[in-house]
Amino acid sequence: MFLGSLLEGLQKTFAIFLANYPALLRGLTVTIYLTIITSIGGIILGTLLALGKIYGNKFISGIVTVFIGLIQGTPLLVQLFVIYYGLPAYGIRLTPITAALISFTINSGAYQAEYLRGSIQSVSSGQLKAALSLGMTRWQGIFYVILPQALRRVIPSWTNEFIYLLKYTSLAYIITAQELMGEARIIASRNYEFFKTYLLVAFIYLLLVLLFTRFFRRIERRFTIPGFEFKR
Amino acid sequence: MEGTLVTIKLASISLLLGFCLGLPMAFGQVYGNKVIRGIISVYERIARSIPLLVILFLIFYGLPAVGIRIPAFTSSILALGLRGAAYQSQIYRGAIQSVSGSQMRAALSLGMNRLTAFIYVILPQAVRAAIPPIGNEAAIVLKDTSTVYAIGVSELLRQGHYFISTGSDPMTIYLAVAFIYLVMTIFIKGLLALFERKYRIPGIGIEGES
Amino acid sequence: MSKHLLRVENIYKSFGDNDVLRGISFHLDKGETKVIVGPSGTGKSTILSLINMLVPPDKGHIYLEDIDITRTRDVHKIRQNIGFVFQDFGLFNHLTAKGNVMIGLTKVKKMGKKEAEEIAMEELRRVGLENFADQYPAQLSGGQKQRVGIARALAMRPKLILFDEPTSALDPELTGEVLNVMRKLATEGMTMLIVTHEMGFARTVADELIFMEDGVILEQGLPEKLFTNPEHPRTREFLFKLTDLYNEGER
Repeated sequence: MFLGSLLEGLQKTFAIFLANYPALLRGLTVTIYLTIITSIGGIILGTLLALGKIYGNKFISGIVTVFIGLIQGTPLLVQLFVIYYGLPAYGIRLTPITAALISFTINSGAYQAEYLRGSIQSVSSGQLKAALSLGMTRWQGIFYVILPQALRRVIPSWTNEFIYLLKYTSLAYIITAQELMGEARIIASRNYEFFKTYLLVAFIYLLLVLLFTRFFRRIERRFTIPGFEFKR
Repeated sequence: MEGTLVTIKLASISLLLGFCLGLPMAFGQVYGNKVIRGIISVYERIARSIPLLVILFLIFYGLPAVGIRIPAFTSSILALGLRGAAYQSQIYRGAIQSVSGSQMRAALSLGMNRLTAFIYVILPQAVRAAIPPIGNEAAIVLKDTSTVYAIGVSELLRQGHYFISTGSDPMTIYLAVAFIYLVMTIFIKGLLALFERKYRIPGIGIEGES
Repeated sequence: MSKHLLRVENIYKSFGDNDVLRGISFHLDKGETKVIVGPSGTGKSTILSLINMLVPPDKGHIYLEDIDITRTRDVHKIRQNIGFVFQDFGLFNHLTAKGNVMIGLTKVKKMGKKEAEEIAMEELRRVGLENFADQYPAQLSGGQKQRVGIARALAMRPKLILFDEPTSALDPELTGEVLNVMRKLATEGMTMLIVTHEMGFARTVADELIFMEDGVILEQGLPEKLFTNPEHPRTREFLFKLTDLYNEGER
């Protein structure tokens, strides 16, 4: 009896997928787009912030520290609201997607800066000294010697951050961005199958996370060189 | 201010729920048999892979379709707690496993039974190891309570939203909301530092955030 | 132009209350090998850091071919002319042995990859590691790492090379291979300034020995003279004690 109704439920859930896959695929594309762009943006911003915090003068390092503290101390959704609902009062009107891109990038940048900072500091100071002794400038040493090592070590944190972002992009739905959740909401409000529709979405996220996790492990293995084995 | 209280309530009750579920799950993971371990790890996987918003919608909008109607506030606690349990379980498991091994053998060699050994030898050390990640988790849950705005719970962010509909400048309100969250997360961090100092024992390093 | 390649004149340096160097002067000619010896903590390594401009002196001047490098702005240009071999090797862990030797050539000297690779292989051959070119530092022994460090310094075609206790971090059985490479360089006419505790090596390879204690040079001269007939009682005490100690381990 129970098994029968479970099977029936699964069948219905699958039917929802079949009936709506163009919309779900569209939403999925937006979700992945948001995740990829903001995680890459986050790496770039995070690298700049980490460099500013470690190698900048007192003033820059102080500003970066406060900025990271502010971002890490407040919810992502509130940051999203500040940008999407707050900025129009100052004449800056953004689409939901743009607002999401900006606030997720800033948020992720702050977290990634801290990962990278730890990783940079784990590279011994002797490495920079050795770079200088070859006649490199300080910044050449940082770019050719410190960063390549620090970035390698930070890859596991970065892939975790990607998975986090993948899940947190669902918050963009709240400011009406048409990502996976947004499309699901529309579908559910049409077919009234709230449970099965959201179950379907949950399953899609689960699959995404599993796939990306596996994909990243493979990349990590490719990037591994002797002396830089990833410990998890 | 009322919203702040709701937010604090949401965070603390769901953390407690996460604790009540997460701790037994951790025990199951460390000391349970294969079946129990398998079930728990599948649960952890799922709860950690699905966005909080989706879990929330499943409970609040989804369950009524199968005849279970849960109020928004309770749904929020359930969603935050069920997800948090998976994260907390991982923290406790890591903490227990960071001790174990030779410590357990040494305790057994003194004639203690496994339970006594666990309570008097493993647990006191594991708790210390778990403090920093738990503080971290508390801050995350606190911030993530804002997500339940989506199902209309009158927490801090929603309260801010009400002010705006009565004519206040959105930027000012949201920055004020952000500031209140900031104060709360800084408070958690301060508490964490206090605990770390109070329970520090020479030789047991409390490592930084995991 | 003065005949000396390197002139160190009246250098003072202190870190906080600690006066590490108190008026150091010496010079180094082209093709010469000088070895600085003395008890630990007497500022020997600090001198090398000063010459490489890794720390600035409080007082005094250092001239490389008559250019006062303590006054120059382009420190990194000066450093290209001075090789440095570190106690802890200082190999870049993300690069292979060959990559370590190449990076200074490609990034600092802006050399083409092919040319840099040729030079790198040539220098690795010189230190006997041509078969280890594609190994990462984590895959090399301490002695091999230090030989890569020497090859990296050589590849920059420096006017002189500074060695900061190059064998101190090595197991005793690995010091020989590094010292042999250095001995070979000395006979080939490389200009070298070496800080070391290897007394046997100092005695046979150095053109001149500098004995330092408590931030000053007590005595400098031919190694044979310092070892057999030193003027200063402290030199006698130190060298005799160490020679006894080290001779037991010498092959």
